[in-house]
Order: sequence, then C-alpha cells, then structure tokens
Amino acid sequence: MLINANSDKPIFVQISEGIEDAIISGVFPEETQIPSTTEISAQYKINPATALKGINILVESGVIYKKRGVGMFVSQGATAKILSVRQKEFFDSYIKTLLGEAKKLNITKEEIIKMIERETNE
Amino acid sequence: MSKIELKNVTKKFKDVVALDNVSLTLEENVIYGLLGRNGAGKSTMLNVISNRLYADEGEVLIDGENVCENDKALSKIYCMSDKNLYWDSDKVLTVFKDSKEFYKDFDMEYALALSEKFGLSVNKKLKSLSTGYKSIFKLIIALSCNADIVFLDEPVLGLDANHRDMFYRALIERYSEKPATYVISTHLIEEAADLVERCIVIKNGKIVSDEETQALVSKGYAISGASGAVDKYCDGKEKIGEDVLGNLKTAYIIGTYNEADIPDNLEVSKLDLQKLFIQMTND
Repeated sequence: MLINANSDKPIFVQISEGIEDAIISGVFPEETQIPSTTEISAQYKINPATALKGINILVESGVIYKKRGVGMFVSQGATAKILSVRQKEFFDSYIKTLLGEAKKLNITKEEIIKMIERETNE
Repeated sequence: MSKIELKNVTKKFKDVVALDNVSLTLEENVIYGLLGRNGAGKSTMLNVISNRLYADEGEVLIDGENVCENDKALSKIYCMSDKNLYWDSDKVLTVFKDSKEFYKDFDMEYALALSEKFGLSVNKKLKSLSTGYKSIFKLIIALSCNADIVFLDEPVLGLDANHRDMFYRALIERYSEKPATYVISTHLIEEAADLVERCIVIKNGKIVSDEETQALVSKGYAISGASGAVDKYCDGKEKIGEDVLGNLKTAYIIGTYNEADIPDNLEVSKLDLQKLFIQMTND
C-alpha cells in the first residue's frame, strides 16, 4: 500500500482503497485481521483521525467489521463485493481517462484497440 | 482535557510587534501544526501561552484560568523548544527523575523504553549530547510527561531522517494511546502535513489561517500550461501566486474548479500544503 501525499485523492480515500487492493490481492484474506488505525497512521505518518476516516468507509460498506476488543476483520464475501464495485468504476476511471489522453496524443480508437490486442496476445 | 484560549494577545519586543492582537482557541486532543516563516511569531506565541514570556496586552486562559504565574494551569503544559532549560552537568536520568516532580504523571517506564529505542544512554551528561540527541532527549520528555498540552517547537531540529521517522511514529502511537493537544511548529511542512489535523498559519504576528489541514489544501488548486492560456483562464479568479518557466506558467488559485471548464491545453493539479504556505506567507 502506498500513500501519495501529492495525489489528487484525499489520504483517507487512498487508505480505504489501499486496504481494498490488499484484500483483492489476497494479502488480507477474508476473516483475518487487518492492521489497527494506530498501526496504519504510524506507518504512513498520517493523523489517526484520517486513518480512522478511511477505515470507517470500509466498515460502512461492509467490507470489514469490528470485533469488539480485538480489532478489525475482513468480512466474508468482501472480495466479491469490492470487485463488483470496482468493475462498475472501471469505465469512468480508466476508459474515459484513456480516451481523453489518447485524444490529446492524436491516437485513434483503432490504434488503441490494436495496442490492447498486441499486449494481450503476448 | 484542556482548552487554550488567547484573547487579544499582543507582544512587542521594542519596536517589533511579535504578536499582533491574536485571538485563538486551541481545542483539546487535536494535533495542530503551527506554521510561519522565520520571525513570524510562532515561538513567541508558544512562549506566551506557557508563561515563559508575558503578553503586553490580552490574556491566555487554560480551561478558563489565566496562566500568569498559575502553577496549576502551567502544569498542564509541556513546552519543548530549542532553549535548554536544564543543568548541563545533569545526567539524562536525573532530569527524567526531576521531571516527575513537576509532571506528576511522568511515565518513567515509557521514557526509558524510548531512550533505548533512540539509542540515548541515560547515564550521559546533557553537555555531552550531540545536537540531535539534545533534541531527542527533549522529545522523550515531551512524549513521556503526559501533560494535557504539549508544544513542540521545531521538534526535529538536528535529527537525521531515521530518527525523524521514529519520532513521528512514536508521536502517533502515544497520541492514539493517550490523546493530548499537540502543537507542532516546524519548517519541514511536507513531513508534517498529513500528521496535523488542523493548521494555524501565522504571518507578521497575525493569524492568517486556522482550519483543518484537509480543508485548507482543498481550498485551492494549481493550473499550468502556456502563459497566455493560463492568464486567460485566471481572469476573474482569485490568484494567489504564480511560477513562470519560460512560456510555461503555473498559477495558484483559491477556489474550486469545474472539470468541464478546464480547457484541453491546461492541466490542473492539487496544491500541496507547502506550496500553499509559501504563497500565503510571501511578502
């Protein structure tokens, strides 16, 4: 998980997305404990309130849950939940950006498709 | 549990107005960043609050009590600064023990553990400590004293990158475990930017900004591109500064932007705290 202070994304969003990424990639499997707010804020040297805000997004969306007195755990079915949301966001955050940049560089739609084919056929 | 209020505080040194009619409230259990250029009045403010300096006008209240010559109110504050207030020939351990006399909740166990972590030998005399270790020694007292309010005036002065990293971690862990009000005055803005919940910016003895760090940085943005295009875009907007590199211009603007209003040939980026600070405090 990397936190970029200069990113346009607020830090708390980067925290929640970073944890989601770690869940999808299997670093934090379902029903296992994730690092505490204190550990996260100390690791990235961010205010604990910011880390908590990031964690709370995941609690609200049901990706993680709190075990009283123990800590935060990854929910059953969290991976599927994250994937379905991310797949919906894929169009906005990647395809639209890709087409915008391509337009700026005078790359045509056909050329983009060729590039995708070239990359995926290898 | 302590709230600090400054009411119309003015402090002059001969002709120089170090604090100019400052009114400010510091809420409890918040980590504040106190930012200002050299000579802006940061240290004066911390010293007036902790009664090391007297205000010429106005008053400082801690939980409603005036701090002037008030031991009860002052025992709630620990002020760490570059000034050395200890006997040079004392050993580190002796000072730790003495600290417990004034700060009843001084956590000796924690102080010793931190000393070991930082590699500070407690049997050394203060005069034999290097600049970096003098800072570390004072930081350890600051984190161990369990005061409700802790001022850290240039806390990382002389610390190497590893020790700075250790200090920020220790601060966060301590704060999470035992919340207190921390006021950190520093020139290393980028390092502290994500750590401080609120930012107080002081310029020529006046408070020019006091708000949540996130809110402060989201107040503005930078736009860059060809000079002419940037100028055209900036027309009618609140521009606080600009950088020019040949025909390439970056303008810093206060306000929010609409993605759709940004011309194709211009690029928008976030304004980081350090840039914003430089633009806010430029003469």
